[in-house]
Amino acid sequence: MTSISEQFGREDWSRFSSRQKWQRFAIFAICVLAIAWSISSIEVVWAWVWDAPSQMGDLFKRMYPLDTTNLATILRVLWETVNIATFATAFAVLMSLPVAYLSAQNTTPNRATLWLGRLILVTSRSVNTIIWALLFVAIFGPGVVAGIIAIMFRSIGFIGKLLGEAIEEIDKRPVEALEATGASRFKVIAYAIVPQVMPTFWAVAILRWDINLRESTVLGLVGAGGIGIILQGAIDTFNWPEAATVLLAILALVILGEVVSAFLRRRIL
Amino acid sequence: MLEIKDLVKRYGGGDPVLKNLDLTIEGESVVSIIGSSGAGKSTLLRCINRLVEPTSGSIELNGTELTRLRGRNLRAARRKIGMVFQGFNLVDRLTVMENVQSGRLGYISTWAAILRRYPKEDIRRAYELMERVGIAHYANTRADQLSGGERQRVGVVRALMQNPDILLADEPTASLDPKTSEQIMGLLRDLAGELKLPVLINIHNVAEAKEYTDRIVGMRYGRIIFDHKPARLDQEEMDRIYSGSPHADRNENLREAS
Repeated sequence: MTSISEQFGREDWSRFSSRQKWQRFAIFAICVLAIAWSISSIEVVWAWVWDAPSQMGDLFKRMYPLDTTNLATILRVLWETVNIATFATAFAVLMSLPVAYLSAQNTTPNRATLWLGRLILVTSRSVNTIIWALLFVAIFGPGVVAGIIAIMFRSIGFIGKLLGEAIEEIDKRPVEALEATGASRFKVIAYAIVPQVMPTFWAVAILRWDINLRESTVLGLVGAGGIGIILQGAIDTFNWPEAATVLLAILALVILGEVVSAFLRRRIL
Repeated sequence: MLEIKDLVKRYGGGDPVLKNLDLTIEGESVVSIIGSSGAGKSTLLRCINRLVEPTSGSIELNGTELTRLRGRNLRAARRKIGMVFQGFNLVDRLTVMENVQSGRLGYISTWAAILRRYPKEDIRRAYELMERVGIAHYANTRADQLSGGERQRVGVVRALMQNPDILLADEPTASLDPKTSEQIMGLLRDLAGELKLPVLINIHNVAEAKEYTDRIVGMRYGRIIFDHKPARLDQEEMDRIYSGSPHADRNENLREAS
């Protein structure tokens, strides 16, 4: 009774040939070099890195005790922040519907509209909310309007993309069945496509609201309204106790937003 | 009356799937089409309501030429052709009533469709038909809650809501268990009689075809090679219809051509 390895004289096995091993080693060495090179080229002031822990302790000491004299204002502006996020999400959801319709291959009227839809998606998605905000602060002046529009522009691409993909992934058989009844294109969409993408629609809208809530807290840094303005004011004037209050308020808001969106997701889906 | 003349369907540049096919369905007969997979049964049915575009030939339903219709006229013609599918093709997330009423989409206004404000006579007819097939108590149930047989009943009622001049059924029982399958076939036969409706059924189950239909059309690789009363379908004819493969047929054609 001989085993297969004895029969064929095959007792050695290795996952990679020696040539492959050298290739893999070379790639690993290149990665290490690239990291080493980038560290050496970014001019870190190491003294500042080493004393970071003591600086951090110092900062926390200066933040304590919290200054809550402006708490009423902070909460009011925080509420404004929530409104920016909610408003912008609602508008973006409405405006992303036609974009999703255009950018889904199975609903778009023709190739030109498909590319138009995709162009809108890419433009919207490739620009960060803060960049959009800078742009709209220049156009509309500082304030809530610029913030709302910035968030809206970023959200249209996000929602439109995910919704468009949901439309492309639907079960096509009901669509065929309703076309066979002589229903118009619009009625087929309303009866066969809309019900199928409804769950995705709500899930994406809630997710984007959750993201927008967090994004709207930093809009104030570029003057586009919301809690960020107060935060920046406090930091600029070394009012650390108030900055700490604002940070804690933002943290509470984000956690609350998470809880609310988790609850909505469970209820709706 | 449905009159198909010289129908050809070719996908891409390949061999035609339907080869100069002629078929006439008169009166309120229940006709079954049998044949092995790839014989072109499904394509034939889908050419009639133009879910598939015929390459050439003519299809006339009660005097209307269907092959050249476009847009509004095509939709008006489709309203008069009901279709039942193998996979039921219901909208799972809508209720049974909404699915049934979607058979009326070609008739009602867009506004009424979106707001679900169906005309009273449509609702009455829906209840009557649902009662007839035994699903009236599911009116407010979501379609995905139903069993296979129940779902196909919804599919049948949806097609009948169109008030069609002809009913096409593409393997209506292939996804069902044997018992449910017989029930659906019996239902199609009975409804055809009650509503004086010609029915054209693609079917794999030859026993059911023999039992429930008045006429059997046998297809083999794009041609009709049998068209008689069920009693005439003997073992020899069965072999003619089902033996071989499309591939073998193709080679045969090549030999004939050379």
